[in-house]
Amino acid sequence: MNMLDIIGPVMVGPSSSHTAGAVKIGYISRKLMGEEIKKAKIYLYGSFLATGKGHGTDRALVAGLLGLHVDDIRIPQSFELAKERGMEFAVGAAELVDAHPNSVRLELTGESGRELEIVAASIGGGQVRICKIDGLTANFGGDYPTLIVHNQDQPGHLTEVTSMLAHKSINIATMQLYRDSRGGNAVMVLECDQEVPEESIRWLAHLEGINKVTYLSLK
Amino acid sequence: MARAPGRDQQGDISEFEVKGRPFGGAITLRESMAVRGCGQSVMEIALVTAEEAAMLFSKGYYVMYKSMEQILRQGKAAGCPFWEVVLLDDCKERNVTRGESFATLAGMYRAMKEADAAYDGGLFSASGLSGGDGQKLEKAVREGRMLCGGLIGTVMEKAVKMGESNACMKRIVAAPTAGACGVLPAVFLALEAERKFPEEKMVEALYVSVGIGGVIAGRAFIAGASGGCQAEIGSASAMAAGGAAYLMGGGGEEIVHAAAMAMKNLLGLACDPVAGLVEVPCVKRNVIGAVNALTSADMAMAGIKSKIPPDEVIDAMRSIGTAMPPCVRETGQGGLAATPTGVQIMQGLSEKM
Repeated sequence: MNMLDIIGPVMVGPSSSHTAGAVKIGYISRKLMGEEIKKAKIYLYGSFLATGKGHGTDRALVAGLLGLHVDDIRIPQSFELAKERGMEFAVGAAELVDAHPNSVRLELTGESGRELEIVAASIGGGQVRICKIDGLTANFGGDYPTLIVHNQDQPGHLTEVTSMLAHKSINIATMQLYRDSRGGNAVMVLECDQEVPEESIRWLAHLEGINKVTYLSLK
Repeated sequence: MARAPGRDQQGDISEFEVKGRPFGGAITLRESMAVRGCGQSVMEIALVTAEEAAMLFSKGYYVMYKSMEQILRQGKAAGCPFWEVVLLDDCKERNVTRGESFATLAGMYRAMKEADAAYDGGLFSASGLSGGDGQKLEKAVREGRMLCGGLIGTVMEKAVKMGESNACMKRIVAAPTAGACGVLPAVFLALEAERKFPEEKMVEALYVSVGIGGVIAGRAFIAGASGGCQAEIGSASAMAAGGAAYLMGGGGEEIVHAAAMAMKNLLGLACDPVAGLVEVPCVKRNVIGAVNALTSADMAMAGIKSKIPPDEVIDAMRSIGTAMPPCVRETGQGGLAATPTGVQIMQGLSEKM
């Protein structure tokens, strides 16, 4: 909570959770993809599904996926803008288990063919939470530069990542580790105080045992 | 880890329990600082009471202020007005200069002005429930048909206009939420036009509102889903009342009592939007929030005080909000939303959309 959570954000209405939060989820997803999105399947859940049309949640998500900010007055016309830019999209209903009432599942394809699946929730006041990336728990809010590394669950990968960050003088704000099973797929989510350089991300992605690196840059 | 050079006058912060976990002196201070995460100096931590520090732990995020009392105390200690205490806190929390902080908030004020000017009386919301009413009020004010007179008439008009702009997906400033976005600009813009205050003074008043909102967010909540409409329109009204009291020459005492009286008048207000949309009754509730802010500021400036201290009023809002059943906490299932007409509107919309 700071001054700008009390007065602000400047946003397109009508709802900070159903509109501004939805734009933010789309925007973060676009950033995580790291390239233009060609195809988006949008599955709404809970209150997003029930009241989304009236709140413009669908248009807000598409606007965010196109890279629009929460105060962009083109949000109501985002469907038309998507057509212009050649982004295909479809909106449907999601079946999620134990999800926040304002949740969405996104299946995205980038211009290079890169695929990304995201489950995210709008948790109130425009704040959001990325809950899952490619089926694995993520749990971050998108307020920091965030590094998400999917790797094999074996010793040493955490050290590789943290040593690289230390080497680049990047301070870690928060860190989380998850895995689906012992020795199976694991994920680490690191929120950082500084941006991680592109070449370091490329270096990480090529290491043995690292399956995928996704990075949220705030630049 | 340095030990506290000063202890709080009201409570010894080195010995209190949080969730049954006792802390020693130095650890307590360090943990307080870790939770605040903003390099808060030891001296300022000593200005926090034990209860306030305990609350700060339970929130799990940076809490701007623990109490109105704390802002008044810090102001007295540093010899600066209410608004400046809030500005200095922002400089520290967001790591910005005074100039940068001021420019940011001035930008928010201008965005409110632009949003007010951008009102389009011909627009209707996607549901068709909102639109055109601001224009009706504008006409009534212009033709001198308002029972309430010019100033209150203008405040009402601006509050409805902003609420409608929000419902019609236009750009607004959430203050503190999108649903309550009409309260502050209605009061501030109407007073600026009426009394010809310079913009600098208006931004200072907005800092006052931020401080009040910060305390409410820390002690209670500012989301309808958490505490009902009292947490949204009630909070906005308290914030606007404090700002209005400042504009009319009020000091710290008048500011906090204006805020307290505004909040008291709206305690218990349910969040019961028809079809779950931020439209009915949200748009028109901005009017009561704004007008209530003016009357509360007037009472405070006349020397009237809230018999219940401001911080306790906010605590009451919290306890009422927590006790509210979920059907009147932004679920669109109770209150006005559950009336026969409310249900009919919802069913009509789900067929239409």
